[in-house]
Amino acid sequence: MLTASHSLALSAILFSIGVAGVVIRRNAIILFMCIELMLNAVNLAFVGLSPWAGVEGQVFVFFVIAVAAAEAAVGLAIVISVFRHAETVDIRNFKLLRW
Amino acid sequence: MTEALFWLFAALAILSALMMITRESPVASALWLIGTFFALAAIYTLLGAFFIGIIQILVYAGAIMVLFLFVIMLLNLGNDYQGDIRGTTWKAVAGGSSLVMIALLARMFGGETAAPLGETAGPQVLEAQLAEHGAVGLIAMPLYREFMVPLQATAILLLVAVVGAVVLAKRKV
Repeated sequence: MLTASHSLALSAILFSIGVAGVVIRRNAIILFMCIELMLNAVNLAFVGLSPWAGVEGQVFVFFVIAVAAAEAAVGLAIVISVFRHAETVDIRNFKLLRW
Repeated sequence: MTEALFWLFAALAILSALMMITRESPVASALWLIGTFFALAAIYTLLGAFFIGIIQILVYAGAIMVLFLFVIMLLNLGNDYQGDIRGTTWKAVAGGSSLVMIALLARMFGGETAAPLGETAGPQVLEAQLAEHGAVGLIAMPLYREFMVPLQATAILLLVAVVGAVVLAKRKV
């Protein structure tokens, strides 16, 4: 019998792996993939809680997936236009707006 | 049986996620991330969210990851590609911050889980609704009744994102 704690624990672990990925990688595309992983961890928490908190959690996952699709499209367009400018996707070279 | 399958797919998801953040090549990372998405889709199905599981495969593993792979192909990172993983200090920072994150989330999730539907709620409630409305109707009923305005807002968001992506990626607007 699966309880909410099972999926919440897996969700916490996957979210932390996504955070670690954002910290250790420098490739902008892989940073986007880590963000997708974190969004998926949150979706898992929503789905895991939905038997106890109502089916609205699954509706929310639907919206999160739609927003993630929009975010991936716009983010990758930004990566393409930055690559055209700087010839790289390494975030060490994207420091124009840093300070 | 369900629990054994859950542990199997949880192990697969964690393994694929770890491989995703440690592979040098972006293509390998993307393929391992697809593995994570499939394992999560299986877990959604185990939890009774059949429609979300299918959407996960269709939209995430299908559409979004194909977009990622297309961008990797367009940028042609294969030649003279040097690794992008940071040094030991950053790895320690990453390990420490993820441990703190796990501890905080365990503290938050570990206590009494609130049960807004009452203490008797559980998978059987979802199963009853599933039997009544079907896998799609389970999502569609609240989506088109209580969440009509957010649904329309999401439609506009997707339209704006499509226009924005084309404008950003074009050379001359």
